[in-house]
Amino acid sequence: MPDRSEEPIICVRGLVNRFGAETVHDGLDLDVLRGEVIGIVGGSGSGKSVLLRTIVGLNRPVEGKVEVFGRDVLRMSDRQRRQLENRWGVLFQDGALFSSLTVAQNIEVPITEYYDMPLRLMDEISAVKVGLVGLPEEAGEKYPSQLSGGMRKRAGLARALALDPEIVFLDEPTAGLDPIAAGAFDELIRDLKTSLGLTVFMVTHDLDSLFAICDRVAVLVDKKVRVGTLEQLLRDNHPWIHSYFHGPRGRAARASEAATLMTPGH
Amino acid sequence: MASVAATLVESEPGSFVFAAAGEWLVATAAEVDRRLRGLQMPSDKRVTLDLAGIDRLDTAGAWLLLRTEHDLAARGNTVEICNLRSNFAPLLDQVRAGGMVVPARHPRPAHHTIVGFLARIGEISLGIFARAYSILGFFGAVCESAGALLLRPRRLRITALVAQIEQTGVNAVPIVGLLSFLIGVVIAYQGADQLRRFGAEIYTVNLLGVGILRELGVLMTAVIIAGRSGSAFTAQIGTMRVNEEIDALSTIGLDPLEVLVLPRLFGLVLTLPMLTLWADVVGLLGGCLMSWASLGITPPQFIRQLQDSLYPWTFWIGLIKAPSFAFIIALIGCYEGFQVARSAESVGRLTTLSVVEAIFLVIVADAGFSIFFSLLQI
Repeated sequence: MPDRSEEPIICVRGLVNRFGAETVHDGLDLDVLRGEVIGIVGGSGSGKSVLLRTIVGLNRPVEGKVEVFGRDVLRMSDRQRRQLENRWGVLFQDGALFSSLTVAQNIEVPITEYYDMPLRLMDEISAVKVGLVGLPEEAGEKYPSQLSGGMRKRAGLARALALDPEIVFLDEPTAGLDPIAAGAFDELIRDLKTSLGLTVFMVTHDLDSLFAICDRVAVLVDKKVRVGTLEQLLRDNHPWIHSYFHGPRGRAARASEAATLMTPGH
Repeated sequence: MASVAATLVESEPGSFVFAAAGEWLVATAAEVDRRLRGLQMPSDKRVTLDLAGIDRLDTAGAWLLLRTEHDLAARGNTVEICNLRSNFAPLLDQVRAGGMVVPARHPRPAHHTIVGFLARIGEISLGIFARAYSILGFFGAVCESAGALLLRPRRLRITALVAQIEQTGVNAVPIVGLLSFLIGVVIAYQGADQLRRFGAEIYTVNLLGVGILRELGVLMTAVIIAGRSGSAFTAQIGTMRVNEEIDALSTIGLDPLEVLVLPRLFGLVLTLPMLTLWADVVGLLGGCLMSWASLGITPPQFIRQLQDSLYPWTFWIGLIKAPSFAFIIALIGCYEGFQVARSAESVGRLTTLSVVEAIFLVIVADAGFSIFFSLLQI
């Protein structure tokens, strides 16, 4: 287990995002600590994905400050940005694999971009990543259109992990997966977090994922976030948070997690 | 660059120590790989991998360690790992769990060998037949749909039809007009230049009349529309395929051919003749102005000469071709749209293909018409 220092690896202050007349975030503050898995939840349209896109620099906020690794993402030169971008990886909702390249070539895109590496070694490393995310060996030769949704997500994760980043951003990693595949994906994230010492920023709707792997949860309500461990949020009286965690699905997810924890040998 | 080291020394007879040190990361992987390949690997000995010196390790580094271990074991050595820092152990296990992976083969173009080249020629030839057969099938399905529509004309989607007429017809008026005008100018200029040598400048008008009315007016319009609307048909229908919108239509009980193809087809069949008429008029106008400017043929003279030079059929021959060209363009545009697989990349590829195919078939059809009309001797 990597030691988790209390220094925030991502630090968002006073974030304001507005699209036309609609304000999505209004003075949002968020800290993500090194080595934790943080789950971002919220209703549809509450700006979960916008928050992710803002942190990785795909969306420019109206106001506010975003620091990653202690450096201001919004005010940096392109050169500094490039140095930053090989320290994080992003998994988009449907994998966002380049459709004209095979999975192996997709994984090699960031490697070729940043390092001068012999082809053979690069092929080996991409094959390692394919194995690491639990894809069968022959998946590397396939094109994204030949893969199922779950495999595309794993392939997207392999590409996000190509440069062994310190942070991975996951946008709804388990959405659209069957429960077994979703459970396997959760386990994969947990294993990778332990072995690679990743910090995971995960936007999700999946209550089971939250209970299974998240150290802390940030709930987007009233254009801000409320962050806490699950125990803290379970006691929160905010109406949305209460109905989220205490609704039938929330109760079911909690019950199943409790059952797993009580299983001997776990 | 961070320092890395990989050394192999014989500590005592028959037993080696492989010492790894420094930062074994993706950033240094190329350097580590180079050093590892430089080492003289022993066979059938005892080898200890001493990993005490490794400061930082990521998956790429872990892979290189495991590859070394595997290579040594494959040479009959007894391999043992020692002094691995405890916080690297999960990473090494994780990568080991992925197994000794075989790197994926990259798709290499097969036609780089002679056999591959020949095979490719065969493949492409067969592909052309398969394609022609499939287009014929689509043509049949469209005709069936159109026939069913004729029996129940109330099912015709007037709104969609009008929208298509606007997009493919009205909106194309400026570009078709401008290009036809320029074609008229160019023909008049070049014709005048050549015919002046024989003192036959006045026949420039004949050249313009026959050239534009019979061939160029309709052909240029068809080529412009193939590039402008044929491509749009493929892209629109293709994007709907990617989005599963076509499947949604079918499940709602709507016939995609009736909803998507017929309005486009009928729209284009109606607009292309009108655009052709427009192109003819503007082309002749351009020719007329150029003749006046460079040859001094006044517009009344131009019109009189034009009337003398044309057969009654000349104008109609051009116009008759327009609906069939429109049919070809719309059919190919929609057909290629339906061929789109579920990837964004195929939309682009097939859009290009649809334009090339449509223009090709339009010109082939034009040649066919020429032969047909010459047999009829008109």
